[in-house]
Amino acid sequence: MPRSVHTLTIPSSTRYLEDVRRFIEQHATEANFPTKDVGELKIAVDEACANVIEHAYKGDQQHDIDVDVIVQPDRFTVRIRDRGESFDQSTYREPDIFDYSKSRKAGGFGVQIMRRLMDHVEYRKRGNCNECCLTKYR
Amino acid sequence: MSNFSVGFRTSGSVQVLELNGELDAHTASELEAAIQKCLDAKTVCIVVNGKNLQYISSAGLGVFMAFIEELREEEGDIKIAELQPRVFNVFDLLGFPMLFDIVESEADAVARFQTTNGDGA
Repeated sequence: MPRSVHTLTIPSSTRYLEDVRRFIEQHATEANFPTKDVGELKIAVDEACANVIEHAYKGDQQHDIDVDVIVQPDRFTVRIRDRGESFDQSTYREPDIFDYSKSRKAGGFGVQIMRRLMDHVEYRKRGNCNECCLTKYR
Repeated sequence: MSNFSVGFRTSGSVQVLELNGELDAHTASELEAAIQKCLDAKTVCIVVNGKNLQYISSAGLGVFMAFIEELREEEGDIKIAELQPRVFNVFDLLGFPMLFDIVESEADAVARFQTTNGDGA
């Protein structure tokens, strides 16, 4: 199977997360990934985009998010790009659910889900552009 | 148009919330409003029926997390029933079964409240 690239650009609003999930589902299914992998890719990409909307763009809907799907024979990679505030991985600590429930916090689990479901998660900064690359191998 | 909705129903003294569709960062506020409505009505024993819940992301899980302590302080709880396997897997991934009562059927969930409150068989 040759390498193929597909791109979707969405406004930075949670109302478009459903479109992102459909986009991932379509291409992962066409690339013959198992249903379980398709579901895991959908949620990991949803989490990455939701984090961009909430943290990189801080809820400002006047920006874009680029979602590129790169299909290769041995892997499915999704590259999510934004031009907002960068995510500093070094300060991230996985939340403890018991501490979280006691403090009545609602968020913070997205990165944990991405790391557990994907084979590889990488954050990069290229110029003024932040990239999050999520990879699942066959 | 949201692809998520919450149906309200009662089973004895227990409030049943039926979740339909996809629960994500966009629709989580609807679940938040539904649980807040229960709290405002002093209805603190809640069963969430997830039979028709097709999808959940961390934003949806966060809503349960945000309310559970307050409900338990009021002698209530959220018990979760009838989740589809792919939705249960997301709860399981983060260890939520250690914090929440997640059971097979709605009847089991309702019965657990009766056992807990000591007024049922």
